[in-house]
Amino acid sequence: MAEEVLVPAARRDAEPIRRAFGAGAAGWWGRAGAGLRGYRLIVGMWIRSTMAYRASFVLAVCGNAAITFLDFVAISIMFTHVDALGGFTLPETALLYGSASASLGLADLLLGSSERIGSRIRDGSLDTMLVRPVPVLAQVAADRFALRRVGRVVQGLAVLAWAVSRLEVEWTAAKVLLLPVMVVAGAAIFAAVLVAGAAFQFVAGDAAEVQNSFTYGGNTMLQYPPTVFAKELLRGVTFVVPLAFVNWLPALYVLGRPDPLGLPDWAAFASPAVALALFVPASLAWRAGLRSYRSTGS
Amino acid sequence: MHLRTGRRAGLYLAVAVGGFRRYAAYGVATAAGVFTNTAFGFIVACTYMALWAERPGLGGYDQGQALAFVWVSQSMLAACALLGGGFQEEVQERIRTGDIAVDLYRPADLQLWWLAADLGRAAFQLLGRGLVPLVAGALVFPLALPADPVRWLLFLGSVLLGLVVSFALRWLLALSAFWLLDGSGVNLVAVVASVFFSGMLLPLTVFPGGFGELVRVLPWAAILQVPLDVLLGRHAGAAEVWRALGFQAVWALLLLGAGRLVQSAATRKVVVQGG
Repeated sequence: MAEEVLVPAARRDAEPIRRAFGAGAAGWWGRAGAGLRGYRLIVGMWIRSTMAYRASFVLAVCGNAAITFLDFVAISIMFTHVDALGGFTLPETALLYGSASASLGLADLLLGSSERIGSRIRDGSLDTMLVRPVPVLAQVAADRFALRRVGRVVQGLAVLAWAVSRLEVEWTAAKVLLLPVMVVAGAAIFAAVLVAGAAFQFVAGDAAEVQNSFTYGGNTMLQYPPTVFAKELLRGVTFVVPLAFVNWLPALYVLGRPDPLGLPDWAAFASPAVALALFVPASLAWRAGLRSYRSTGS
Repeated sequence: MHLRTGRRAGLYLAVAVGGFRRYAAYGVATAAGVFTNTAFGFIVACTYMALWAERPGLGGYDQGQALAFVWVSQSMLAACALLGGGFQEEVQERIRTGDIAVDLYRPADLQLWWLAADLGRAAFQLLGRGLVPLVAGALVFPLALPADPVRWLLFLGSVLLGLVVSFALRWLLALSAFWLLDGSGVNLVAVVASVFFSGMLLPLTVFPGGFGELVRVLPWAAILQVPLDVLLGRHAGAAEVWRALGFQAVWALLLLGAGRLVQSAATRKVVVQGG
């Protein structure tokens, strides 16, 4: 609503800037291009500002990596008492842990700032984003971009590399290819969840924490073998919120293990398609949320 | 003299009630937190079931006790502020902006004021965020919760001591802003430490060897692990229970005392801008 009411005059004034951003060429591609360019500029700005306090930045990256690494230490401690958990060995579990962690880390790095939209809605500063000539989602995602979150990605990839070096798997071309696809598609699935979560904050800003159940909670779940969980829970994360496609299904294929729900082998390769399919409802929700936005006024 | 003490106690009680009501005002946020604690409870409970099925009696718990450990710790999580939250960011911000000068002017003790407010917050979060996840967990999983009311009373006492230890640690964190101005770095480190050393990720009794013995005597053990052990009856006999409570009390007093020392050092150096 507010967009229609507020924006026309501002849009007119912003036209030269829009053209400079290449947004003048209307249509979806033009918008997406403008979004990416805007995103890159805002992110660049925040990175420069972060680098002003380099020591603090290094500490924050290490802290970020450490806090996620402790999860893995806890899993390792579990494995000092048992040889296998749900039938999975430590390297096999590490494959799950590393890929889930890297995927969530990537999504959180690129889009995690969208969590802040709740406070933007509350204090009304989202209004200023509406009149800028960059798609709001790009602005929200780049808002206070936190490069320190790269810590989780690095740590996840390190555990993933360790797992791969320890696994006794007959590597085929498909399995090797599946590893990077798994991490990237997994990140895209988490990213769709983050966009949906940001949209949800238009309706219930105070309930932002619910999103954590799906992102951090999902991540914790995906770090463990699927055989550990109850069938109902597995069905939920396969067919309702398809987090199983983040890493479980591809990793099960890599490890040569059957899916506990009996899904066919090709499901292991479906993650990119699932991610794309998830973005449809997520972006529709985002649009609906943005359209329903009424400023707090002043 | 008595009148004064009475009025003092009334003041801190009012501050605590204020802390309680402040957090009770956000119903939707509380419901969202309950949802998240319950979701995590389900996930962690499943992993513990697999672990304890493989190694029954691990860490001195049977499976029912391990499951109770998961759900009670999820219920205590918000109250103990193990993942941050609570007052420390607010005090750091007040120090950074200089508003702390107003607090220092008040005819009340700074540390006791915030302790009262934090205990009020914790009381609300224990009820508002603790009860529903625990009931949900008890409905789905076979939790080995005691029927003995005395055990529950001892547990509540132990939780209270744990909350004071949690406050005292975070009070030191808050005061660090007098020197650091920006608390985000130390806050992150503090969360890392409290998540790992409190037993939230894994019961401290499961930690191996000398490292396990070390983590069980650190102050973070007093926040979550000791209250849970009191509830689950891991202590043989009354004497051991009192020793566990004593362990918590010692840490609470030591850390509160350290907080007072740091506070007096900080207030001597405080210079407030503006006029």
